[in-house]
Amino acid sequence: MSDHEYTPSSKFGKWFNDRLPLLTLANHLTDYPTPKNLNYWWTFGGILTFCLITQIVTGLVLAMHYIAHADMAFSSVEHIMRDVNYGWLLRYVHANGASMFFLAVYIHIFRSLFYGSYKSPREIIWILGIIIYLLMMAAAFMGYVLPWGQMSFWGATVITNLFSAIPLVGESITTWLWGGYSVDNPTLTRFFTLHYLIPFLILGLVVLHIWALHVPGNNNPVGIDIKKPSKDTVPFHPYIVIKDAFALLMFCIVFAMFVFYQPNILGHADNYIEADPLVTPAHIVPEWYLLPFYAILRSVPDKLMGVVAMLSAILILAALPWLDTSKVRSAVFRPLFRQFYWILVADVLILGYVGAMPAEGLYLLIARVATAYYFAHFLIILPVLGWKEKTTPLPLSITEPVLGGSPNLAAARSDEKIEKTIK
Amino acid sequence: MRKLKNIFFVLIFSVIVLNSSNSAEKSPPFLETKWTFKGLFGKFDRASLQRGYQVYTEVCASCHSMKYLTYRNLAEKGGPEFSEAEAKAIAASFEVTDGPDSTGEMFVRPAKLSDKFVMPYANEQEAKAANGGAYPPDMSVLVKARKGGADYIYSLLLGYSEPPEGVELDDGVYYNKYMYGNKIKMPAPLSDDLIEYTDGTKATAEQMSKDVTNFLMWSAEPHLEQRHKTGFRVIAYLIILTVLVYFTMKKIWSRVEPKV
Repeated sequence: MSDHEYTPSSKFGKWFNDRLPLLTLANHLTDYPTPKNLNYWWTFGGILTFCLITQIVTGLVLAMHYIAHADMAFSSVEHIMRDVNYGWLLRYVHANGASMFFLAVYIHIFRSLFYGSYKSPREIIWILGIIIYLLMMAAAFMGYVLPWGQMSFWGATVITNLFSAIPLVGESITTWLWGGYSVDNPTLTRFFTLHYLIPFLILGLVVLHIWALHVPGNNNPVGIDIKKPSKDTVPFHPYIVIKDAFALLMFCIVFAMFVFYQPNILGHADNYIEADPLVTPAHIVPEWYLLPFYAILRSVPDKLMGVVAMLSAILILAALPWLDTSKVRSAVFRPLFRQFYWILVADVLILGYVGAMPAEGLYLLIARVATAYYFAHFLIILPVLGWKEKTTPLPLSITEPVLGGSPNLAAARSDEKIEKTIK
Repeated sequence: MRKLKNIFFVLIFSVIVLNSSNSAEKSPPFLETKWTFKGLFGKFDRASLQRGYQVYTEVCASCHSMKYLTYRNLAEKGGPEFSEAEAKAIAASFEVTDGPDSTGEMFVRPAKLSDKFVMPYANEQEAKAANGGAYPPDMSVLVKARKGGADYIYSLLLGYSEPPEGVELDDGVYYNKYMYGNKIKMPAPLSDDLIEYTDGTKATAEQMSKDVTNFLMWSAEPHLEQRHKTGFRVIAYLIILTVLVYFTMKKIWSRVEPKV
């Protein structure tokens, strides 16, 4: 946070700002000192904000044309695709937008994992992020139910049935969720209502997420604390704004390629078949972004324990700041952690892959090993690593990396050269 | 580190091999044909769409509905683009029940442009009863509802053959190598010269399969041409803007070390 008190120049501005300090807020956001060595993995925060706004705006218009009724939902979606002006564009942006949102959030999360952004003093930012991620999954799942295709219906059946695994009250809870004895019209209408509500909850949490970020300031690739403002920082505007804009545009190009040229490639063909409670699809699979957790769920033979494992897989992340015992944030200075980090990335990708495959034979075995490894990473490897690992020396500041310990020797040398030429 | 990277790649590779060997045994590769609607500037072959409609209406429509299509769609831009008069004439050749009129009676009248495609059966039960218990799926979005899309539909239409030895088929069940499980209740729908094309094209089974698949692709994605056109413009615009923003960024960051 900037140290100086901001005073608006105009008289009216001062009068207004004394009553509602909006101008102070705007000034804070503009001047907000940001580490100048942030790489492009840091641009995904802005990209995610864009994704959320896009989903809310397109969703709002889609909701004007969509009919949340078991008999009409599917045809109302077709109506949007055929007869609503640019309805096809709105729906494809919204549907692919969900995938892009998750793509960005996974990059955002894994960036945080690599550079240790979840560590003190940023635990609250991290936990808020986990809650946002959970809500995103809930919103995406319910959104997928709304077109009332085969995968919508059977996906909803499978997921809501998970609650029946809860001992004693499970069955009653499932009936209560459904609003009946199976997934039907009452389920659809409540899912629609919740799907409409959750994005605004997310929006609120995003504000808190950013607020919590602006207290300690950004982490950075080197992972050391820096003085703010100092020669290690740049003001958010225009430096970070233009960089985020550039990254966002690149992201939008990929987004547009999906929307305009492969709008259905991330979806399942079965969801263009209207829901039929009497016909079960050969394989019921969730959307790609939920597959790793689906694999964990199915890798446990007991239903209740499967649900527990799946939930733990997400909730364990909330405990991460305390599971990772290393004082060094950035993986750049943690040679062992770096290797385990990449194994974890591979592990999650493998889980995602087997999640899309039938849970039998070799796939099931792979899923079980990968699930075990996933938990081992957080519960065993990370705590032990913090004690055992010999980290490389940290630089004193971003601008003065220690020679030999610098993550980027070439950069350090070129800096030297520049200094020499200046002299 | 290098060792780990190798393990990583071996894992990924084995997964890919596993996957491809697994999918290889499921169904043979689809028949190849050139679709004009694919690619950056993909458009529909107008004449093929019109012939495809003829195949649909003369062959498929006796069992398969297309309940999301309206007769006016036939004259709309980006579709078969029949003239409005032609579309009106097509509509008028069907009868729909309307009403109630001012006396409370339902009445039958010729269809108008604003009417949905007339369905072959009154309801699903009737459709099943007439087709040995199998429900002929609605074809409006069929291409998008099948893995493999247009290639799959095209291959399926031409994929009928005698069952290989050891495969027993019940009455009213046919062998099709592209069908899931290889058993299909629809008899081979198209054969050479089954219909006579109004534009004089020779009606081979391949030609009809291609035309009707084109038609089904359009019915599933009626705004495909507009999507491709808009997409190209949007992406071109984004690329230009990205380049401009890139140089702006370079300029702004030139005041700072290290540069972006």
